[in-house]
Amino acid sequence: MRPFEYQRCDTVTDARQAGAGGSRFIAGGTNLLDLMKLQIETPQDLADINRIGLDTIDETDEGGLRIGALVRNSDCAADARILRDYPVLARAILAGASGQLRNRATTGGNLCQRTRCSYFYDTAMPCNKREPGTGCGARGGQNRNMAVLGTSEHCIATYPGDMAVAMYALDATVEIQAADGGTRLLPVRQFHRLPGDTPERDNELDEGELITAVLLPKPVGGKHGYRKARDRASYAFALVSLASVVEVSDGKIARADLAFGSLGTRPWHDPRLEQLLVGEEPSKALFEKAADTLLAEAKGFGGNDFKIPLARRMLIATLADATGLNAAGEPA
Amino acid sequence: MTETRTMDRPDRRNILDEAAQGVIGTPMDRPEGKLKVSGTATYAHEYNLPGTAFGVLVRATVPSGRLAHVNETSVADIEGILGVYSDERFLRNPAQGGANEAPVQGTDIDYFGQAVALVVAETFEAARDGATRIQLRLDADDDGVFDPASSPPEAQPDEAVDQGDLSAAMADAAHSIDVTYTTPGHNSAAMEPHCSVAEWQDGNLILRGSYQMLKYNRNEIADAIGIDPAKVRILSPYVGGGFGSKLGIAPEAVAAAIAAKALNRPVCVALTRQQVFENVMRRSESKQRVRLAADKDGKLSGLGHEAWVSNLPEESFAEPVLQATHFLYGGDSRKLDLYLHRVNRICAGSVRAPGEAIGMQILENAMDELAHEAGIDPVELRIRNIPDMHPEKDIPYTSRKMEEALRTGAEAFGWDKRPAKPATRREGEWLVGMGMATAARINMLQASEARVTLKADGTAIVETDMTDIGTGTYSILTQIAAEMLGLPSERVTTILGDTDLPPAAGSGGSWGAASSGSSVFVACEEIRERIAERLDCKPDELTLKDGQAICGNRSTPLADLLDSDICVEGRIESGKLSQKVQSATYGAHFAEVAVNAVTGETRVRRMLGVFGCGRILNEKTARSQCIGGMTWGMGIALHEDLMFDLRDGHLTNRDLAEYHVPVNLDVPQQDVIFIDERDGESSPIQAKGIGELGICGAAAAITNAIFNATGVRVRDYPATLDKIIAEMA
Ligand SMILES: Cc1cc2nc3c(=O)[nH]c(=O)nc-3n(C[C@H](O)[C@H](O)[C@H](O)COP(=O)(O)OP(=O)(O)OC[C@H]3O[C@@H](n4cnc5c(N)ncnc54)[C@H](O)[C@@H]3O)c2cc1C
Ligand code: SF4
Repeated sequence: MRPFEYQRCDTVTDARQAGAGGSRFIAGGTNLLDLMKLQIETPQDLADINRIGLDTIDETDEGGLRIGALVRNSDCAADARILRDYPVLARAILAGASGQLRNRATTGGNLCQRTRCSYFYDTAMPCNKREPGTGCGARGGQNRNMAVLGTSEHCIATYPGDMAVAMYALDATVEIQAADGGTRLLPVRQFHRLPGDTPERDNELDEGELITAVLLPKPVGGKHGYRKARDRASYAFALVSLASVVEVSDGKIARADLAFGSLGTRPWHDPRLEQLLVGEEPSKALFEKAADTLLAEAKGFGGNDFKIPLARRMLIATLADATGLNAAGEPA
Repeated sequence: MTETRTMDRPDRRNILDEAAQGVIGTPMDRPEGKLKVSGTATYAHEYNLPGTAFGVLVRATVPSGRLAHVNETSVADIEGILGVYSDERFLRNPAQGGANEAPVQGTDIDYFGQAVALVVAETFEAARDGATRIQLRLDADDDGVFDPASSPPEAQPDEAVDQGDLSAAMADAAHSIDVTYTTPGHNSAAMEPHCSVAEWQDGNLILRGSYQMLKYNRNEIADAIGIDPAKVRILSPYVGGGFGSKLGIAPEAVAAAIAAKALNRPVCVALTRQQVFENVMRRSESKQRVRLAADKDGKLSGLGHEAWVSNLPEESFAEPVLQATHFLYGGDSRKLDLYLHRVNRICAGSVRAPGEAIGMQILENAMDELAHEAGIDPVELRIRNIPDMHPEKDIPYTSRKMEEALRTGAEAFGWDKRPAKPATRREGEWLVGMGMATAARINMLQASEARVTLKADGTAIVETDMTDIGTGTYSILTQIAAEMLGLPSERVTTILGDTDLPPAAGSGGSWGAASSGSSVFVACEEIRERIAERLDCKPDELTLKDGQAICGNRSTPLADLLDSDICVEGRIESGKLSQKVQSATYGAHFAEVAVNAVTGETRVRRMLGVFGCGRILNEKTARSQCIGGMTWGMGIALHEDLMFDLRDGHLTNRDLAEYHVPVNLDVPQQDVIFIDERDGESSPIQAKGIGELGICGAAAAITNAIFNATGVRVRDYPATLDKIIAEMA
């Protein structure tokens, strides 16, 4: 670990000033600290934002919820309103990490967690995300965990988290305070970036910008699900995950908000799926068409080819389950 | 004086059963348990000797070449840096178990991640910063071999068997199978990372560290740094898991000793988790081909097992994959061969149950394939193939509880409810199935010494340089002495892990308990004789219980009987018997799994292990070891996999976030049943090894259950979901 300056902020204003001065925010520290120990990240100044407040979940005028950026993952997943109205979010959070980590991890920090690509994690390896211009080690190497959608020639790593995937399905909004004090709202579906030729930038935050909250729209109803396929039962990142909010009314699909984790380079929301599904009668053929659409541009790199059939199976099974079709794809 | 017992003939006296104290075998709590759970047992990194400096190893970032130059000025501006060390005494490889001399050393680099230098600083943080930033000039060669299969296989003649005519047996067989499986590399991932604290006093080296076999470790470190072993003392009272990875010294020990000498202050070098993965033993990956030829009743007429494993150049260790295949099942025509490939990868060596962990796994998968092919129940198939005599050496077996274990397990597990036809039981989205496998592991007795002192006050002390790597040595040695001397266990103190004490067998190869336990037993027997002399009675008329010596109708407190301490050193040695009989431990694994029909994820629902491993010395620690082994079997079956980059041989999953061992939620209901057994041909205390048996075959029970659940055979381990959905509708 490199020596660094540490400052504890007591207010949002403190944090904004620290951010403007070039400090890096540290919240739960469960990601940043690990990366600092391995010198993958070497910030010179840290601003501890754990005591600035922003740690409550409040109702909004629009009838939704405002989750403060410092709300711990455990608290968020246990909140009665979240459990009742947004179970997809509670389930996604509980599918991630471990109890101890979720007690520390924060809403803002979770959104900003970095990739788990093993070449990113080994400073002796080339990695455009860690050190732009050095190349991509994963592409021709071990790439079982990598993305099959949204990749670029420069980077094929996934955004690895779970919580954000549910937020994509819920079409949440990120509230951001700029270093100059102004606030902007950004749909979460636009928060993470595709790698393109700047894979070092994971998301749209500018330097010094602070996430202050995540806003959930008013409850949408429907059947919520979070399915996470992984190598062991707990404490493993997703191979593919799927957050779903699906509603059927009068025998037709009325809502199909779907987002995938660890499939793309960022949480993956494909608006074409809703267009294709909503208003249609559920059927196996329809779901297969949805899978074809989702995966039309998917490209594997050898070790991760299996994610394509896996995502397909998960999508079809989730839609069948949510719309009441049986395993054979017939109305149950 | 030393009382020596050589195992030339069986000891069927079962003295421990006749002794009256009644502590042997009981699930006694660990005497050191409170220290461990309260964090007050001192592990290597926790000594905090005054003036300690901290060192962090520097890794080679080329897979092959030489260290040409270390640019010390590149870290000179880091506050607190004390020095950078690197010389030809650094270990290229960790020492193999029982090496007893320095392993390969030198400045040549033979694998990516090899430790080539040490940065020492006032704090661990500064040392790690230095180790990360230091500039090395590495002259890289381009002759590295990264794919084992691309180097020519070297035959291992000692393992080869060519008996009868396997090809003819295969051709004539009513049922036969010929299958090839692969298994990946594994890391032991002991909870306590390797650590050595070196301190020099008057030209003597005191090394506090985490090691398994001190008498060998002392000679290894002495040879590596070029001093007389008499000048080395090693202290290892507590070891947080070893599993083979601490059998021999690892690079941090030598580096710490060199730096401590140069700085004239204690130096502590701990491996980071990533370094544990890169700098200590891996289990070799393997390719294994098994051929089985059977008559219409499933009786084997032929058996072939060939295995290909790998190691670094100059290393002689070749994972002994065929170890149990040699003796477990009959079949007159036999062809066994082991081959070693040379590869520029982390050193391969002993990882818990070397050989059987992956050899039994594949043999038992093959037996399942044969059972399916022949339409015979898998339990029945095993029982039909238990040979009368060793099929290659024609010698008898010592006590062998294989059939009892198989039958007891089948009954207790409800094996009769297993659907005979695969992929026929479904619960919602889950396909459910059952599988089983035989467990077997060779058993060895090793030379071991211990000193037992019965003090004049009626308490006793057991002393040996034996280690307790979490296995329960403190408990069982205490229990053996308490039983033999008729003392409540609280009156016996066991002191371990110090090379100033009599040299023990060490913890390895599952021989620790039977070997070191027998040395304590031998010493205690002599003490009993001396007590009997004082009472003027025959040793077999003497009863010792609760601190009283009872002879006929006379009962005397030991404290009254003794005017001075009685101190005896006991020594056990393996003898002629080991050549005349095959000693091994046996058992049976049963598993029920559920496989998700959508994602192919496997979750183990329950496991049962039934084991016959001689006398159980402590029911609790024995059970814990078996459960631990079975859990390893789950990891091997389902997700443990060292993933190397084939372009430069570097390991890509170097931490516990990406190298997946089972976590709590993976571990289901697990039961263990011990078959009552006394094996007087294996040790004077009628005990055998336990520590590794629980793994041997466990993974096969799980993958056989996956086949029963889904009809899918994964022949390329681990059985991750991608391989299952590839074959599933
Ligand atoms: C072993 C392990 C397993 C894990 N498994 C999973 C898993 O299965 N699924 C999963 O989803 N996650 C998993 N995680 C990741 C975990 O969820 C994240 O580490 C955690 O959510 C990060 O939150 P934090 O508050 O600790 O962030 P920190 O580490 O404090 O910060 C992370 C980043 O966010 C920035 N940041 C933090 N707060 C703000 C803010 N308010 N505004 C702007 N920037 C901010 C920091 O500057 C930093 O760059 C795992 C982590 C570990 C260590
Ligand atoms: S995939 Fe991205 S993160 Fe991984 S090595 Fe390539 S550039 Fe780096």
